[in-house]
Amino acid sequence: MQYALVILLLPLLNFLVTGLMDTRWKARVAGTISTVAIAVITLLSYVTAYEYFTTRFQDGSYQAFIPFELNWLRFTDTLQVKLGLLLDPISVMMLVVVTTVSLMVHLYSLSYMKGERGFERYYAFLSLFTFSMLGLVVATNIFQMYIFWELVGVSSYLLIGFYYTRPAAVAAAKKAFIVTRFADLFFLAGILLLSYYTQTFDFTALTSGDGRMFGTIGSLTFMGGSVLSWAMALIFIGGAGKSALFPLHIWLPDAMEGPTPVSALIHAATMVVAGVYLVARLFPVYAVQTPEVLHGIAYTGLFTALFSAVIACVQTDIKRVLAFSTISQIGFMMVGLGVSGYGAHEGLGYMASLFHLFTHAMFKALLFLGAGSVIHAVHSNSMDDMGQLRKRMPVTHLTFLVACLAIAGIPPFSGFFSKDEILAAAFHFSPPVGWILSGIAGLTAFYMFRLYYNIFWNDKPPTSRHAEHPVHESPALMTLPLIVLALITLVAGFIPFGRFVTSDRGLYTISLDWQVAASSILIALAGIGLATVLYRRNNDKPARLKLKFAGLHEAATHRFYIDEIYLFLTKKVVFNSISRPLAWFDRHIVDGFMNLLATVSNRVSVRIKGIQSGHIQQYAWVFLFATLAIAGILLFVV
Amino acid sequence: MNFLSLFVVVPLLMLAGLFPARTMRQIRAVAVTGASLLMVLACWLVWMYLAERSSGNTSEMLFTAETVWYPSLHINYSVGVDGISVAMILLSAIIVFAGVFASWKMEHLPREFFLWFSLLAIGVFGFFISTNLFTMFMFYEIALIPMYLLIGVWGTGKKEYSAMKLTLMLMGGSALLLVGIFGIYYGSGASTLTITELAALTIPIELQRYFFPLTFMGFGVLGALFPFHTWSPDGHASAPTAVSMLHAGVLMKLGGYGAFRVAMYLMPEAAGEMSWIFLILTGISVVYGAFGAIHQTDLKYINAYSSVSHCGLVLFAILMGNETSTTGAILQMVSHGLMTALFFALIGMIYGRTHTRLVTEMGGLMKVMPFLGVSYVIAGMASLGLPGLSGFVAEMTIFVGAFQEPDLLHRVLTFGAIASIVITAVYILRVVGKIIFGPMADRHHEQLTDAVWHERLSVGVLIAAIVAVGSFPYWLSEMINESVAPLITHILR
Repeated sequence: MQYALVILLLPLLNFLVTGLMDTRWKARVAGTISTVAIAVITLLSYVTAYEYFTTRFQDGSYQAFIPFELNWLRFTDTLQVKLGLLLDPISVMMLVVVTTVSLMVHLYSLSYMKGERGFERYYAFLSLFTFSMLGLVVATNIFQMYIFWELVGVSSYLLIGFYYTRPAAVAAAKKAFIVTRFADLFFLAGILLLSYYTQTFDFTALTSGDGRMFGTIGSLTFMGGSVLSWAMALIFIGGAGKSALFPLHIWLPDAMEGPTPVSALIHAATMVVAGVYLVARLFPVYAVQTPEVLHGIAYTGLFTALFSAVIACVQTDIKRVLAFSTISQIGFMMVGLGVSGYGAHEGLGYMASLFHLFTHAMFKALLFLGAGSVIHAVHSNSMDDMGQLRKRMPVTHLTFLVACLAIAGIPPFSGFFSKDEILAAAFHFSPPVGWILSGIAGLTAFYMFRLYYNIFWNDKPPTSRHAEHPVHESPALMTLPLIVLALITLVAGFIPFGRFVTSDRGLYTISLDWQVAASSILIALAGIGLATVLYRRNNDKPARLKLKFAGLHEAATHRFYIDEIYLFLTKKVVFNSISRPLAWFDRHIVDGFMNLLATVSNRVSVRIKGIQSGHIQQYAWVFLFATLAIAGILLFVV
Repeated sequence: MNFLSLFVVVPLLMLAGLFPARTMRQIRAVAVTGASLLMVLACWLVWMYLAERSSGNTSEMLFTAETVWYPSLHINYSVGVDGISVAMILLSAIIVFAGVFASWKMEHLPREFFLWFSLLAIGVFGFFISTNLFTMFMFYEIALIPMYLLIGVWGTGKKEYSAMKLTLMLMGGSALLLVGIFGIYYGSGASTLTITELAALTIPIELQRYFFPLTFMGFGVLGALFPFHTWSPDGHASAPTAVSMLHAGVLMKLGGYGAFRVAMYLMPEAAGEMSWIFLILTGISVVYGAFGAIHQTDLKYINAYSSVSHCGLVLFAILMGNETSTTGAILQMVSHGLMTALFFALIGMIYGRTHTRLVTEMGGLMKVMPFLGVSYVIAGMASLGLPGLSGFVAEMTIFVGAFQEPDLLHRVLTFGAIASIVITAVYILRVVGKIIFGPMADRHHEQLTDAVWHERLSVGVLIAAIVAVGSFPYWLSEMINESVAPLITHILR
């Protein structure tokens, strides 16, 4: 399967070509060759997936396989950084997800970004992102993952800040980069700690089920936890930053300043699930060696899911609603991993989580692209400017509805199946966790249908702006990806996912837990029903409800003031209380001392330069007295 | 004649060739010829060196030659290179080359400028090829003197003050160094000043305790060791573009190079005993420089403080004293040299257009000067350690190396150093977001033009080197590591 290397190299090559070709070529050319390149690697990914899943099943499990690896840098004799391709069930699955969504976004952008200044730059960055994300996915060792982890971070920075003349976009890009960088600091520390004790970066060595790598590390403790737990917790913080888990989620809503297709690709389907992928990649270590960290992950995910679902209920910017929904869904995936055990039926949560990652990538990309289509038509992000679009944009409407039903968890759409498995695993882990998660699922149904009704139904008075040019359906190049993703969402639920991806790479037959399924369908219907009552037609019920829960509404609208806390910490504490005094100290104390030395030598030299005056008489007097003094000393003292 | 001496002879010829040069055209012709020759020589040296090593030559120094100058004091002109010096020579050649093109439009006394510039080059190359303590010191001084004039005459702002401050502080450093060298010479009871021969002798530990700190501090001043770093912000801010490039890019590396090759290598016992003091100081440098940079508004000051932080990391890694960290230190010298030179080149070019270096007075430059804007972003990304660019490779090698020392002090300092990469991201992105992106801050900037060919060449060479080191680090890292390994074995014996 050597050809898998092409999947990685083609986007890189494309980035270099489109990035360096400047504006001399037509923008169309850049878009076309990028899209063709992505189409080729998408095809190759499918071929890889097919070949992998059909030929690599031996001795009851899928075998990991490294078709290519090269030495990149040697730190010590044991610690070497290699760049390579690791093919195993999850990486192959991710190849399919990343290339599929990327292809859809490439196609969609041909129309969506048409006429934008910097069209070829846009495609260059998309290629850079695709390359980095694929490199991350197929990493053979944790250091390679870190390398590409940083690269996806910078691609995200560049794409969020694509409209670089807009201060909001620049600020959002900066925020996204710094918050994730801050998290990566812990990731790096975790990698260093882990590699120091295990003397390896290799995933294959780290995750070989028997845990022989960790012979004595478990017994080394630091501040009450074993060193291994510390390392794994630190690594998870890195994942939490990328995956926007509370309290490191603050960058994701702001990242919506980027072009909408970018939000679909990076901030919904692929990059933000890198944290989930990281935990899944190291899952045997988490599950077998440090279960307490894994439980921490579950609770972090649970809280994040609840927290952002509540916020999503009150946002009015449609992209922000989707952003908080993404955070919430990633919370679901983390819970899935966190409640899972290792091997066979214990690994239900693991399988469910990655299944959800897969289905979510498709329907959330669909939602974002649909939102982009709406924004493209209405020229606004705010749901207050929308309403009654279902007749004017029939394709967008129907595909959006499919995605909403999927995320709400209505069968037979894909989200139902994956979410149901997560719920089943959560109930198996602890019933309270299961019930809370079910409640959040209901909340999800509610806010998604609030969004849906506000865009496509609710006859709000049209704003004067839109009366001039009537809203109409987007061109075919934009609706085609919507239709494709909607079809995937329709059928993806029936994929026997357990036959491909499981915690121990064996086979697992999914059996629907009807008890859980029934309750979750009822809860979802309740959520949809409530949204229907409140938002289907324009009425004053939402306003009254808002008044009733004024405090909660206010707090949720302000995202529970987390951003303000960060602003206080960075601006007031770091900038004003550390950096400013330090700069003063440097200029006045450290440098002042050097200047003082100079001044003192200057003064002293002014004083003593009088001695060398050039007057013969003065010299003669000094000479005379000195001679007498020396003679006196010689005569009387010695 | 040994071909290493060409690295001194070529700038010397450049110097001689500049005397008869009258027109700007002639001056440029001489400077470009000299710089290109040096570049070719450096590439050839790398090739020869790698070929020699792969043919199995394992002696510590290659291409050695010795000419006796003053027998009774054992002052010889002796040259030789190992992987470390080859890396530094390559770095110097690249920066001299880029520096010449960055000062293409020198209007004020161009001939004299390039004269001093060549003298600076003689000092730098001479230092890196020397294996005799005395000649090393001599070249070190040769490199320092031209700085005073280059800043004092061709500088900007409060240039006289800065030139004086820089020269005095560095001279103070070299005074300490001279004492240190005497200490080594007499302490070892030696009949030689050649480093490799001195290393075989033992200096009594009582003497080492005096002379190690002196030598280390002497070099440390040049390497911007806290609290002797304050010459750097003022000096760099006042210096003309090419001088900033060469000074921050190469001259500051003399500090790290000497600290390792002379202080650590010749007095390993004291180094082992006293490294913790200097480790704390360098740890402070790293974090303190980064925080200092956050608050600055002048681009050159930002980069100067950033240099304090990055060069602090060099000394920090050297003091960690293991093979990996020291390799990382040398890589960091190369990497920092390239990217800080790039930064200063770009700042000079931007200043030449906007006539301001204040972050608050610029904005949205990407729109009018896309080439410089993109290059600035790349420089910034290299500085904050983006994989694929040189900074990442160097920093990671240092961190992994530093992590091999498991005791509490080393761990705490290492975490502090790692934390500095976030602070770096903050000040880099703040500047990039303000001056390169965002809306135009000044209407008059609408008419500005993008880089012209010689500027593009200068910037392009540096970026190419940064990408080459960052994307394909294996050969460079191995070349350095091979030479570091025996030295570290000697230090830890």
